[in-house]
Amino acid sequence: MKPRFKLSSLLLACLLLALVPMGGALAVDDGYSGTYTYNYDYWGELRDSPDAYRVETVIYNSTLGLDMPMRKPQSLFVRGEDLYICDTGNNRILKTHRDGNAFTLVRIYDTVNGAEPATFASPNDVYVDPEGCLYVADTNNNRVVKMDAEGRYLMSFVKPTDSTFDQSLSFLPAKVVADSVGRAYVLATNVNKGLIKYESDGTFTGFIGANPVTYSLWEYVWKMYFTTKEQRDQQASFVPTEYENICMDEEGFIYATNTVFSEYDLLYDNAKPIRRLNSIGTDILVKNDKYPPIGDLDWVEGSLNYGPSKFKDITVLDNDIYVAVDRTRGRLFGYDAQGIMLWAFGNKGNSAGAFLSAVSIEHMGKDLMVLDENECTVTVFTPTEYGSLIFKASEEYLAGDYDGSADTWREVLKLNANYNLAFIGIGRSLMREEKYEEAMSYFKMGHDRENYGRAYRYYRKDMVEQNIGWIVAIIAALLIIPLVLKWTKKIKGEVQAYESRQIAR
Amino acid sequence: MKADRLLVEAKDARRGFDWKRYGETLRYGFYVIFHPFDGFWDLVHEKRGSLAAAHTFLALFLITYVLRLMCTNFQFILAPIQYINIYEQCASLLAPFLIFCLANWSLSTLFDGKGRFKDIYMGLCYALLPYVLIQVPMILLSHVISFDEAAYYSVLDSISIIWPLFLAFVGLMQIHDYGPGKTLVFILVSVFGSLVILFLILVFFSLLSDALGYFVSMYREIVFRLY
Repeated sequence: MKPRFKLSSLLLACLLLALVPMGGALAVDDGYSGTYTYNYDYWGELRDSPDAYRVETVIYNSTLGLDMPMRKPQSLFVRGEDLYICDTGNNRILKTHRDGNAFTLVRIYDTVNGAEPATFASPNDVYVDPEGCLYVADTNNNRVVKMDAEGRYLMSFVKPTDSTFDQSLSFLPAKVVADSVGRAYVLATNVNKGLIKYESDGTFTGFIGANPVTYSLWEYVWKMYFTTKEQRDQQASFVPTEYENICMDEEGFIYATNTVFSEYDLLYDNAKPIRRLNSIGTDILVKNDKYPPIGDLDWVEGSLNYGPSKFKDITVLDNDIYVAVDRTRGRLFGYDAQGIMLWAFGNKGNSAGAFLSAVSIEHMGKDLMVLDENECTVTVFTPTEYGSLIFKASEEYLAGDYDGSADTWREVLKLNANYNLAFIGIGRSLMREEKYEEAMSYFKMGHDRENYGRAYRYYRKDMVEQNIGWIVAIIAALLIIPLVLKWTKKIKGEVQAYESRQIAR
Repeated sequence: MKADRLLVEAKDARRGFDWKRYGETLRYGFYVIFHPFDGFWDLVHEKRGSLAAAHTFLALFLITYVLRLMCTNFQFILAPIQYINIYEQCASLLAPFLIFCLANWSLSTLFDGKGRFKDIYMGLCYALLPYVLIQVPMILLSHVISFDEAAYYSVLDSISIIWPLFLAFVGLMQIHDYGPGKTLVFILVSVFGSLVILFLILVFFSLLSDALGYFVSMYREIVFRLY
């Protein structure tokens, strides 16, 4: 038995070896052994999907022809066709221009003409307004400096002198965004009251969007009644956590990411790692999916990178689709305006499309750019046919072109039959065409109970209206037959009684 | 005399299953669920119930539970059918049920409860009947109503759970001839007792596997040394 087994396995190995070159020629060799692009199904199971994005190009130090290689760059910003890189370790901002797939260095900002001090010290973030003025979070100089496109000093936002700001803390601005009228929102290290808001003239007007403090009743009771004051002072008090990064969308809402939370909170959506803050700092992110936007549902048990996704940065596309970059597993997660995951992709590693430590993400049109602080590269992704179709369907739906959207979703289904959103999209369009029965089957495949219920009500109404004659007949029969039976029985009884009386007489 | 009785018993055995009595005891279930106080008293003390009927009700309960998961319209119950193991589901209901019966019997025996194990089992099985009677039509109902009308569904669902719980409470009260307060205390204590039994089972198996592991490793050691 044993030798035969060996022989058969040898044969099998030969067969497999013979197949390898063929398979290699057929399959797309993307350099990844496992999953690259994927999505989660209704049950939270990871499902492979076609690639939604592919690497268009990678920007290296040599691409830009830099005199000094980038050191620990921390942030990207895109305005129009210009890509700004915040080269933190070299205390400078690089401005590059995109022309097709070619990126050329336009200028290097390393001084602010007319400011004191005139150089940067570890600038961590840059924001560029539509006029081309730069807001630089000049962290170790304790200021956010605003300068024009020529590098001339305009103004600076400094440490608030207000009593609401703890004066013992040093002011370390880490991230900055500004709205259309020049109000600046600054995220500073060690400040946990939320974002620091400045008017356009540089006056401090308060904090917005503080992370609400969360603690359980049990924690509260324990701390208040079962610990002494000395113990309490030694423990961490209930403090809100700081945000990790911020981004402003087209409408002026701030998207913030949060990476400090307990895993338990994440599972019950108390952690809210992605928030959309309105002008008074309330989280208004729409979450209409079964799972909240928390990145990976499967934390890859047993791997070195085990744990929840931690969103290092986020960017909001023009169609309200937001993409967050995760530093735990180097992945990008795309969600639509309803909070439904569109795709996820990425990996840890050195090859193109994988990251060692992704720190920043930006978008130029629909292309995504991801900055890796250790590799000092910017990876430019562009949507594939599959990715473009998803965007197109989503946009058509937002624009009210429901039928067009359904046709596009059908195209998506041809490429990925596991795409839940496509089933729901087609179902919606069918429902508008009053094809309720078909719509029901699509909603069922998309696991959408509410829409199924809606379609079913119309379907039921139609069925009742079509068969009203039969229904009335059956009900009438059910009511009348027993009556008739009873009646005949009664008459029979009376006849018998009469007859028996007759006989007795 | 003795020989006569043996003959009669042998005849009974040959005649086999008493279908008439089985039918009567099944029908008695419907009386019990609507008149629990009289019903449960007569069930055990007047011998109007049978174990065969109790087994039937328990089996029906398990079947209903599985059917409910598999056949209810997906608007109301969306069970991950691809992951569900029917035997596992049944065992996860059956095991706690039997352990609870055992715990209740062990404790009530010590505190002058009248019920034998058989009576407790029978009473609790009869109490499961309303679940079957409500849930089976609800499976059909779920295919007629829509998601917006889920309120009706959830009300019926609650009734199908509260009614059997109430019946079980009354049943235990009548079977043991206890007052309501004492019954409640004994139900809570029985739940605790079930946990103790579970713990003992776990300890037993873990010790058993340790003991077996000892002999297995000893055997391996010997084999290793000898060769």
